[in-house]
Amino acid sequence: MMSYRVHVRVMPREGLLDPQGQAVEHALSALGFDDAGAVRIGRAIELDVAAESRDEAETRARQMCDKLLANPVTEDYLLQVEDR
Amino acid sequence: MTRVAVVRFPGSNCDFDALRAAENVGAEAYFVWHGDANLNGADVVILPGGFSYGDYLRAGAIARFSPIMQAVQRHAAAGGPVLGICNGFQILCEAHLLPGALMRNAGLSFVSKPVDVIVERTDTAFTCDYEPNSRLRIPVAHGEGRYVAEPETLRMLESEGQVVLRYVAATERSPFQPNPNGATNHIAGICNPDGNVVGIMPHPERAAERLLGMTGGSGFFTSLVPAYEDSSNSGVKT
Repeated sequence: MMSYRVHVRVMPREGLLDPQGQAVEHALSALGFDDAGAVRIGRAIELDVAAESRDEAETRARQMCDKLLANPVTEDYLLQVEDR
Repeated sequence: MTRVAVVRFPGSNCDFDALRAAENVGAEAYFVWHGDANLNGADVVILPGGFSYGDYLRAGAIARFSPIMQAVQRHAAAGGPVLGICNGFQILCEAHLLPGALMRNAGLSFVSKPVDVIVERTDTAFTCDYEPNSRLRIPVAHGEGRYVAEPETLRMLESEGQVVLRYVAATERSPFQPNPNGATNHIAGICNPDGNVVGIMPHPERAAERLLGMTGGSGFFTSLVPAYEDSSNSGVKT
């Protein structure tokens, strides 16, 4: 059994209002960073997954995202699997 | 006597209020712990407000996996009445007992104040004592109460009459900001297709007796007790 490091990036679904992103965008603008736009704020999760293969680790991580780590109604996620 | 189980999660903080509101109308109310396996013969289940599991990950996301939630799922599937208030509503959505989700308030701030809502559905176990389109003043207290759902879900909720409470549009008669959180279609509460599972963001248990300054929420509890009559409850049929 191998151990894989899984990086999960959970983001609010495109098109849904992201008030945190808007607030940070305003703050950046107030600091003079007028070049910043379309700020969105999500969540990063890292975990180790014990699996026989990288594919298996990704499949398991995907199940974890679908069941708990991301809300399928409001969020999308990206997975990245690394060897430990 | 109607048996009302109030589920306590680590972080629930409106549990005593809900218990008392149920007791005040003559129900036999009692607590069940999130780690319990059964509801001890409950006729009605209330998931109270609070911050179960510290709102870690997402509000309600972890509470959904509590052992007691399997019993709540069975109770709901058998047609038993379930009311989720605030955090309880968030838990019901996370548990897929109700569609959609509750996101961070559009204004980012935690909102704690009275709001005016309309009771749009009066054939549920929790709203049958209200006249259709009653207007109630009840407090909200939440940071994540912006109801969102897929467009087809929203269409279904509206066409099937599953919107139970809706924030009142701004009028001269309401001094309050009409929609405190940016909820889609001003939705403050919904029910499942059968109407036995109800989730609402406002706190009727905080407006259920004169001592609290507001009685608009008392109907959610008197509705549970068929013979209950008390002419002191404003906005409620007697």
